[in-house]
Amino acid sequence: MELANLSVLLVWGAATALAVALVAFSIDLSRLSGARVEARDATRERVAVGAGAVADAPRDVPPADAAPVNRRFAGIGMSVTWLASALLLVAVVLRGIAAGRAPWANMYEFTVVGAFVAVTVFAVVSTRRDVRFLGAFVTFLGAIFLVTAQTRFFVEAMGVQPALQKYWLVIHVGVAIVATGIFTVAFVTSVLQLLRDARDNGSPVLGSARWGWLDHTPAPAALESLSFRLNAVAFVLWTFTIIGGAIWAEDAWGRYWGWDPKEVWSFIVWVVYAAYLHARTTRGWSGSRAAWFVVAGYASVLFNFTGVNLIFDGKHSYSGL
Amino acid sequence: MAGRNGNETYVPEGIADEFTQGAPASGEAPRPGGRPAAPALGLVGTLRWVWRQLTSMRVALMLLMLLAVAAVPGSVLPQRNQDAARVIEYLAEHPTAGEWLDRFGFFDVYSSVWFSAIYILLFVSLVGCILPRSAAHYRALRGRPPRVPSRFTRFPAKAGAVTDASPRDVADAVAARLRGNLTWLPTFRVDRGEEPARGARPAAETVSAERGYLRETGNLVFHLALVGLLVSVATGQLQHYRGQAIVTEGRGFANAVVDYDTFEKGSWFRPQSLVPFSMTLDRFDSEFASDTVAFAQARDFTAHVTVTEPSGEQRPEQIKVNHPLVVDGAKIYLQGNGFAPEITVHDAEGEVAFSGRVTFIPEDTMYTSRGVVKVPDVSPGLDQIGFVGYFLPTAEATEDGSVRSAFPQPVDPLLVLEVYTGDLGLDDGTPQNVYELDTASLEPALDEQGQRVKVLVRPGETVDLPDGLGTLTLGEDLPRYVALDLRHDPSLTYVLVFALLALAGLTVSLFTPRRRVWARAYTGPDGSTVVEVAGLARGDDAGLQAEVDRALDAVPGDARPPDVPETGTPAAPATPDRTGSEKD
Repeated sequence: MELANLSVLLVWGAATALAVALVAFSIDLSRLSGARVEARDATRERVAVGAGAVADAPRDVPPADAAPVNRRFAGIGMSVTWLASALLLVAVVLRGIAAGRAPWANMYEFTVVGAFVAVTVFAVVSTRRDVRFLGAFVTFLGAIFLVTAQTRFFVEAMGVQPALQKYWLVIHVGVAIVATGIFTVAFVTSVLQLLRDARDNGSPVLGSARWGWLDHTPAPAALESLSFRLNAVAFVLWTFTIIGGAIWAEDAWGRYWGWDPKEVWSFIVWVVYAAYLHARTTRGWSGSRAAWFVVAGYASVLFNFTGVNLIFDGKHSYSGL
Repeated sequence: MAGRNGNETYVPEGIADEFTQGAPASGEAPRPGGRPAAPALGLVGTLRWVWRQLTSMRVALMLLMLLAVAAVPGSVLPQRNQDAARVIEYLAEHPTAGEWLDRFGFFDVYSSVWFSAIYILLFVSLVGCILPRSAAHYRALRGRPPRVPSRFTRFPAKAGAVTDASPRDVADAVAARLRGNLTWLPTFRVDRGEEPARGARPAAETVSAERGYLRETGNLVFHLALVGLLVSVATGQLQHYRGQAIVTEGRGFANAVVDYDTFEKGSWFRPQSLVPFSMTLDRFDSEFASDTVAFAQARDFTAHVTVTEPSGEQRPEQIKVNHPLVVDGAKIYLQGNGFAPEITVHDAEGEVAFSGRVTFIPEDTMYTSRGVVKVPDVSPGLDQIGFVGYFLPTAEATEDGSVRSAFPQPVDPLLVLEVYTGDLGLDDGTPQNVYELDTASLEPALDEQGQRVKVLVRPGETVDLPDGLGTLTLGEDLPRYVALDLRHDPSLTYVLVFALLALAGLTVSLFTPRRRVWARAYTGPDGSTVVEVAGLARGDDAGLQAEVDRALDAVPGDARPPDVPETGTPAAPATPDRTGSEKD
């Protein structure tokens, strides 16, 4: 029990750290917004020119005529994000030890581990390329996930019923969580892509100076590319989740597929993301239209996790609530 | 690649096809503008038009989204194949809406006409697209990498060097590097060539190379595996059988249609596929948590059984949740368990009117279990007796006077029954649910206050029934029962193989880079050898420049960055030109 309590405290610590990171990343973004209004116009011009030869549009570089913006707060945000990731890792491990099994057998644990994966995917990707612009959104979602888990989904650490006692718990659910975490980061990227696209196309709402930070995100094409890569990985993992789940269901429930609500919604998620991958390659559907598929797909992911667990009565009723 | 439609090219997931756009559609010339005026088409033309539309990417996309939307009602409304009782309940609560929903198959969504229509159209569309593409890919697999382009300037990734090795050695070395170390699986498909001097350009040794054929292979494998998956699942549905049986400790059942309580089978089921083994339940063990955190949560269920093969050979086995027992290709699952206490009823004349084990079905996690005893065989002239009530493994009185079970194990077992007399309705031959007592023509036994009499019995006790109906005895032992589910589906292996093939194909098609690299080596004005390498990828490819640099690294001799600008173009920078690789 002591380990379990410590785990809960660490999760609160991680939620706090993410909130701090959120503030730091937000300050960073607002500083970018205020950097200079001309910078925005310059960027827009270049985007208009670059539209013909997108390949030549430089990215990850602040606009040439903008004064170098002090990104100190982004650095603070990054460090605190790493701290949150480490705290969550310890919390998850302790939870597993306390329960004596893989620490992702109910909704609470799934949410905590999912937040850990999302935050860690973001932190790891940021070591390879500059994705600090995602920070505010990923830390925001992570903090929301953790607080929801602690206040709404919490159950004590304990063993699991016989239907869950199989190594597939580690594989099937583990992979599902990783896929969900990656879908989350990809979703944030696609939303940014849509916002940036709308701003570049002269949206009256997003054109205001308040949204100036959008000019410091990569061009929509680059965001779309990043989102695609993440979604491609997550889609493969999701496919594996479904196949692994079917293999497990064959042993546990006596059929590999039975249109249980969770199965239905996992199928819907799969089909929507499959449509996204096809849309990307269809003329007239790539770009921001494809990004809307990501939004729809992620909405299905969230519903599959929350709605299906809490509203429908199915075989995946493991929330413990 | 085969065009799906005149104005669209179907390309594998996630690839903007820079190389292959403009490649002729399979056998048919692409039709610019796509949609011809319908009236002029005639029957064949219309059919062809419909086929084009159906196999077009846009329609496939629509069907996919439609499939996702069509799957939703099945998760919202109760479904017959999962919970038929809830469907009946729903129909009773919503008579009008329910009837209409039922008419349109909303309680059997996944076998409904409209759901089937969507996925069948989707698969037709898929096949119509994949077959021509497979043919095109087969031809592409036997093709050679495209010729070296005359100018490298506009390529997204390029690099160059000057060396003292001969152009031939340089080109050979680059070609060898591109092929890679595995002779049976070259990284690149490579063509070495020479080109004569042309204009200002001296004669050159050339390399053209292409990698990533596996990408389209993976894509095709993925889609074909989906077709295989669908066919396997359908075949399994046709050939499968599944039976449920309730077996109490010490008793058994044989694998025969008549021995199952319920039995369902596919249309192609043949009785020969029922291997006639038999099985006895020796013992059933259950374990529940007793700590406060997870009080009474199930921890383990084990059925110890003895299987007797048709040959007479016997062997002990175990069935656990998650660990079905496989006997002669059929899987036996432990799907439920409960108590089947031994109940004996003597009627008013002292004759044994009923004696047997009665299955009580758990209604909560504490095994508060409901059961029914029907006693039709009373002595002549007496009313038939029916009992309905609960078996409580650990009885606990609640504040409202009712009783319930407080723990799943038999710590303080109690049987609580209400007594009915009259006509059980069994004699006219109408089949009845053994777990329900039809009280329509029965009278409950009442006490002086007009309350229904509750008969309470503990194991080993005999109690008198009200109104002098006789006595009821509860056996000392409390036998357990298990609900077994036996299923045979010969397609399982195929389903698994196709699912894994689809996964493998998908992974390969999403993550294999598709790249072309060209190199040209010629003798420069100062006598040294000039090497130029250019790369092109399909869509975004962060690794393209690295690939080009790797090819250049193979250049033998005393290689150094070029200092002479290429004719008419800026010099390729000595440091890798990152413009291409940075654009992802």
